[in-house]
Amino acid sequence: MTGPATARRRSLRHGPGPLRRAPLVLTALAVFPLVFLAVFFAWPVAAMAVRGFGPDGTGTDVTGLGGFVDVLTRPRVLRVLWFTVWMAALATLCSVALGVPAAHVLYRLRMPLAGLWRALVVLPFVMPTVVVGVAFRSLFADGGPLAALGWDGSWQPVLLAMVFFNVSVVVRTVGPMWASFDPRVAQSAAALGASPREVFRTVTWPQLRPAVISAASVVFLFCSTAFGIVLMLGGLRYSTLETEIYSLTVEFLDLRAAAVLSVTQFVLVATLLVVTERVRVGARRGEERLRRGVAQAARPPRPARGDVPALLAAAAVLALVLAPVVTLLVRSVRVAGAWSGANYTALAPMGVPAALSQSWRIAVDAALLALALGTCVAVVVSWRARTPLGRRGIAVLDAAFMVPLGVSAVTVGFGFLITLDRPPLDLRSSSALIPIAQAMVALPLVVRTLTPVLRSIDPRAREAASALGASPLRAWMTADLPLLWRPFAAAAGFALAVSLGEFGATAFLAQPESPTLPVLVYQLIGRPGQANFGAAMAASVILAAVTTLVMAVVERVGAGAAGRMG
Amino acid sequence: MTAAQEATPGPRAGNGLGVSGARVIFAGAEAPALDDVSLTLARGRVLAVLGPSGCGKSTLLRAVAGLQRLDAGRVTFDGVDVTKVATHRRDFALMFQDGQLFGHLDVAANVGYALARRGVGNSQRAVRVDELLDLVGLPGYQGRSPSTLSGGQQQRVALARALAARPRLLLLDEPLSALDRALRERLAAELREILTAEGATALFVTHDHDEALTVADDMAIMRDGRVVQHGPAREVWAAPNDPATADFLGFSTALDAHEAGALGLSNKRWALRRGALRVVAPSTPGALAGRVVRSAMAEDAARVTVRLDALPGRELLALAPPDAASPQTWAGLGAGDDVGVVVRPEAAVAFPARGSRP
Repeated sequence: MTGPATARRRSLRHGPGPLRRAPLVLTALAVFPLVFLAVFFAWPVAAMAVRGFGPDGTGTDVTGLGGFVDVLTRPRVLRVLWFTVWMAALATLCSVALGVPAAHVLYRLRMPLAGLWRALVVLPFVMPTVVVGVAFRSLFADGGPLAALGWDGSWQPVLLAMVFFNVSVVVRTVGPMWASFDPRVAQSAAALGASPREVFRTVTWPQLRPAVISAASVVFLFCSTAFGIVLMLGGLRYSTLETEIYSLTVEFLDLRAAAVLSVTQFVLVATLLVVTERVRVGARRGEERLRRGVAQAARPPRPARGDVPALLAAAAVLALVLAPVVTLLVRSVRVAGAWSGANYTALAPMGVPAALSQSWRIAVDAALLALALGTCVAVVVSWRARTPLGRRGIAVLDAAFMVPLGVSAVTVGFGFLITLDRPPLDLRSSSALIPIAQAMVALPLVVRTLTPVLRSIDPRAREAASALGASPLRAWMTADLPLLWRPFAAAAGFALAVSLGEFGATAFLAQPESPTLPVLVYQLIGRPGQANFGAAMAASVILAAVTTLVMAVVERVGAGAAGRMG
Repeated sequence: MTAAQEATPGPRAGNGLGVSGARVIFAGAEAPALDDVSLTLARGRVLAVLGPSGCGKSTLLRAVAGLQRLDAGRVTFDGVDVTKVATHRRDFALMFQDGQLFGHLDVAANVGYALARRGVGNSQRAVRVDELLDLVGLPGYQGRSPSTLSGGQQQRVALARALAARPRLLLLDEPLSALDRALRERLAAELREILTAEGATALFVTHDHDEALTVADDMAIMRDGRVVQHGPAREVWAAPNDPATADFLGFSTALDAHEAGALGLSNKRWALRRGALRVVAPSTPGALAGRVVRSAMAEDAARVTVRLDALPGRELLALAPPDAASPQTWAGLGAGDDVGVVVRPEAAVAFPARGSRP
């Protein structure tokens, strides 16, 4: 007979769940997403990679690496590589330099309308890339308020757009973390004689460093794999690895060179991820167990004179966020120097309503798929394994499902094209291809939203329910479900918004006769004439409005559960 | 002030901390958090500020530290006004309830933190760190990470860190409250020894009167943002000047004049400590007759709730130590048993019959 004490011990050991059959259930849960990942991610990406290796047909290449040497020594490729790296580095630097002080202002000072400012700063992160591309074009292209700078088609708008996107990542990663610090640690330091600057250098910064490094690595990742904004703003002169892969594939049909660049990019990204994870873990060591006691719910202080530089940085961030968005909105309702709705009335004949409904249908499918897969993954990776082997297995699984974050959407789309176009899986003409690709893009975000919540659930609530006589299912419904449905809704909305705006993979896969809205916007902006540019702006506003609406609902329902990156 | 007069001037003579007319009003609060608070603390002495939670004692501490702006009043040290001086320039040190050690630094770097801020060189710093770790009973812990320490050890390190630069004033915000009782009692005695050994001047905030009595020379009782009593700890302890203070200091049974008369005490309001009523054998001469309502065992005595014939309207708590009644039966007292109760006035305190309640 099993006494209550034994039962308790066992449930503590197992972590969540009743389950002696747990490994079986877990394995079953893991298999479905793993198979999916293998077929729709690993295989296409690997098939693409393989194209870069092997003999080039002349019979002189023995190692199979000739393709790499050949492609990577081309002057244009070297230029593209260099541009990719310094652009991403500069954008990361700017995002951190603006984002950290802005996080201080928005999360640690008593500001009027703080909630509104925070929402505004987060807005860019959910903006579809094509919308941002069009918005920055509307700012710098002919007729825009900053056209005089002559930056249209140059690298400055690309940099600004990258910072526009990613400063929100920094603010959202660093801000809540910073706000959660117990103010008494810094107060202790001040009382021991440390000036405000010394407090920051010796106490605050070491605590903050892991979050900043984590944010910076994610930002660098996003910037170095940015596709839509570079394609739309970089013009003909500026190209990153990602856009180069696209043009090599679509325009020059040089699949081998494209494959070489994809592999190169993957290696760079993987190296970056491994290095930052090392640094982050190192910086975090020793921190965990000290966070005991309840932090005082102190009211944030009013801005002081020393906060002026931070306030300026926050103002710069807001200006950077608002300028393109406001310009886009205003210019979309102006035609030939007068207020007009003509840009919008012109949308119907251009197929925008059809594209919108196509986008919506695809996004719903993609979100459902990402949610189903993501839930399985999150349940498995949040499991507290008993054995070292189990823990290692779960860690590997966790990392495996983060890999799509590091592999560019373009590579995924490209891989789909070359693998899923013949038996056993001929999906080229199937409408399932785009939702599947978008689900792979949204999957890491879903996992990242659900896993922390699942991990933070205290098993004792469920154990208390069990002890009161609840069946395992009933106990789970009583204790866990109420905590889960909000993040679940948030993850769903997040996946929906990401899929709605997805451009990289979709650009490869969309069928010419039924484009999604982002693809149509891209086509519109590529066509000459003010009418097309006006329509692109109007369509962008509609796309942005739909995504923002989805995210607003998520914020309402999920109460901030969504989107803690890194 | 009595405290200042009694103080023997320490090696660094001066008249120490002065707080006068301190007032803090939080936006939206009905009553001020600090209401015209004045205190003195002579150098080399330890003052315990004692009061229930929400009485303003932590606000007072934060105001002295410079972490809370005063809406009125002054903080002085050695007669110099420091009200407008920034926290890090006051040469004070602050220790919180749960240590707030710097998790990314090892124990030695934590303890040496204030010395490093004052530009003390490495070798001198190491000497002082060793000295302090010996003092707080953690020799050899220099290289440890704070996260590997127990709660009690973390508090010792925090204390060493606060003492390291020999601050003019040490501010302790409930330094022992997060620990379990046995450890708290042991550390309170050690804290007293360490503060004495360092000759430290300390302001110590707590809600535990036993702890205050163990650690402090002087005691200030706070209630609703005001200091209601201030003086040498033993005097305050023995003679609280109003019933609410008495209740807070452990005189948990309050009697009005009529009830006191029924117990044979003078015709005033009285407050009784738990040991003021003692259970004896039923027919003991001079004892009041009563009946047991219920009885519970504690480690040193049975706690017996009785109803006295002289005061049938009230249940009173009395103690029955093992030697009081016959040793065989003290533990076996049950409801309805006849007992005698004697009153020990030395564990009770009287107030004027129509006292002015603050």
